[in-house]
Amino acid sequence: MAEVLVLIDSANGKLAKSAPELLTAARSLGEPAAVVIGAPGTAAALHDQLAEYGATKVYAAESEEIGQYLVAPKAELLATIAGQANPAAILVASTPENKEVAARAAFKLDSGFLADAVEVQADGSATQSIFGGAVTVSARVSKGIPVISLRANSVAPQAAAGAAEQVDVQVSLSDSAKAAKVVDRVEEAKGSRPSLQDASVIVSGGRGVGSADNFSVVEKVADSLGAAVGASRAATDAGWVPHQMQVGQTGVTVSPQLYVALGISGAIQHRAGMQTSKTIVAVNKDPEAPIFELADFGVVGDLFTVAPQLADEVAKRKG
Amino acid sequence: MNIVVLMKQVPDTYAERKLSPTDNTLDRDASDAVINEIDEYAIEEGLRIKEAHGGEVTILTMGPERATESIRKALSMGADKGVHVVDEALRGSCVITTAKVLAKALGTLEYDLVIGGFEATDSRLSVLPALVAEATGLPQLSGARKVTVDGSSVTVERVTDTGYDVVQASTPAVLSVVEKINDPRYPSFKGIMAAKSKPVTTLTLAELGLGADEVGLAAATTKVDSFEPAPPRAAGQVVKDDGNGGAAIAEYLASKKLI
Repeated sequence: MAEVLVLIDSANGKLAKSAPELLTAARSLGEPAAVVIGAPGTAAALHDQLAEYGATKVYAAESEEIGQYLVAPKAELLATIAGQANPAAILVASTPENKEVAARAAFKLDSGFLADAVEVQADGSATQSIFGGAVTVSARVSKGIPVISLRANSVAPQAAAGAAEQVDVQVSLSDSAKAAKVVDRVEEAKGSRPSLQDASVIVSGGRGVGSADNFSVVEKVADSLGAAVGASRAATDAGWVPHQMQVGQTGVTVSPQLYVALGISGAIQHRAGMQTSKTIVAVNKDPEAPIFELADFGVVGDLFTVAPQLADEVAKRKG
Repeated sequence: MNIVVLMKQVPDTYAERKLSPTDNTLDRDASDAVINEIDEYAIEEGLRIKEAHGGEVTILTMGPERATESIRKALSMGADKGVHVVDEALRGSCVITTAKVLAKALGTLEYDLVIGGFEATDSRLSVLPALVAEATGLPQLSGARKVTVDGSSVTVERVTDTGYDVVQASTPAVLSVVEKINDPRYPSFKGIMAAKSKPVTTLTLAELGLGADEVGLAAATTKVDSFEPAPPRAAGQVVKDDGNGGAAIAEYLASKKLI
């Protein structure tokens, strides 16, 4: 059976949420072969977790240099490994960096790149959701190896035993892969909330929240649900929360299991970023707000009374 | 500091966008067309760098005839000239082909920086600037929320999951910018008038040394097999808060086994 290369994201020795999803999706296309590109020791730390999700092999391309340069080293190494393994497909998680890595690898491999797939078929074709979720497309590459980025929360991860046999790949980066140097890496206090990109539950605040301080109301609901916090463009433009929290046409596109919109009108700019969420709940004091056309459950009311009550009720039930 | 800004004309996001059933490509004629929103920020950044360091800002666009409207708009913001790659054979080109074509066009220009918007609102691929870097062999500095130019070195701040990275390269380099980077200026009346006489060069495939068989739909690396409107969401319940709105939501979530 042909191999399917799966680019693995991880942090501090733990698989990213996307990795089990990708490995599961890969199994419908062939034998999942994990690809770990990073600092020395990364693959070894992930071995058991990769075995748990069915990786038959783990290609480990490790060097301190890789993290010192932006995108190009990963693209180069992924293409090199694909050149040797001749896989049926290459899967990556749909993050901004991975999409650049995947597209550049596809270019090098004279292949096509399919972005943000919500489903992959056994023949390597992919289902994509476009125009803010209004249209569903079935697409394929016309040549070479299908290089596909898979949207977060598209596939439910399923455990399956795999050998996860490590294959070390020699790393020798070209000069052009080392042209964009990371001269500093600034970690800002991240906190313990899940990241917006791949969270299963997201609670977002919009114009109705009114101020940066008031965002604590949104955060309280998020924390009761173990959710990531997002925001509409109005809230980020007003400077109440950082720009990277913006969900929408020019922000992050999300498709979580549950999306709770607090004080968000639901204009198309925002909807384009979240309207394929599985379940949508909205609170807004305007009964005409377009968000209610989208919501599975909506409450017309003051979010400053509804949201705290919601947070308390959720906490009680979890209690 | 000569700058080429990669600008794409896209269908207006607020209009209904469609795929053409004849060949499953984006129907660019179906609605109003505008400068891709994030490209306005790229143009603005180009103008700011020019104002600080001198030089010229050139707008480079690959697109159908009507893209000239958007090029004029960009010129009215203050860009100096435009280059429009236009050829019927380019219709339906995939993103990889587009990058190759733009790389060829860049080969006809002198520049220190190539700046694009991070993502186009029609395709939402967000990979074109990276592919232009690949095709030209230049450094890629994408996702910039801040750009600093110092002699022949360019440094950007790029947001990450955990904070931000500071990435540096020597010029010439390819950058892409995110919305956070600046506030694009509105064209002044003077700028609009001046734009009318600024030079816009057109380039055809032949002038770029490309054959029609290397571009367009037939040469595209990906193709759409079929498409359909997404199934409409079932209508939901909307209730008025009577003092128990929060509890009602919790009840609903429990009924859906979400909590």
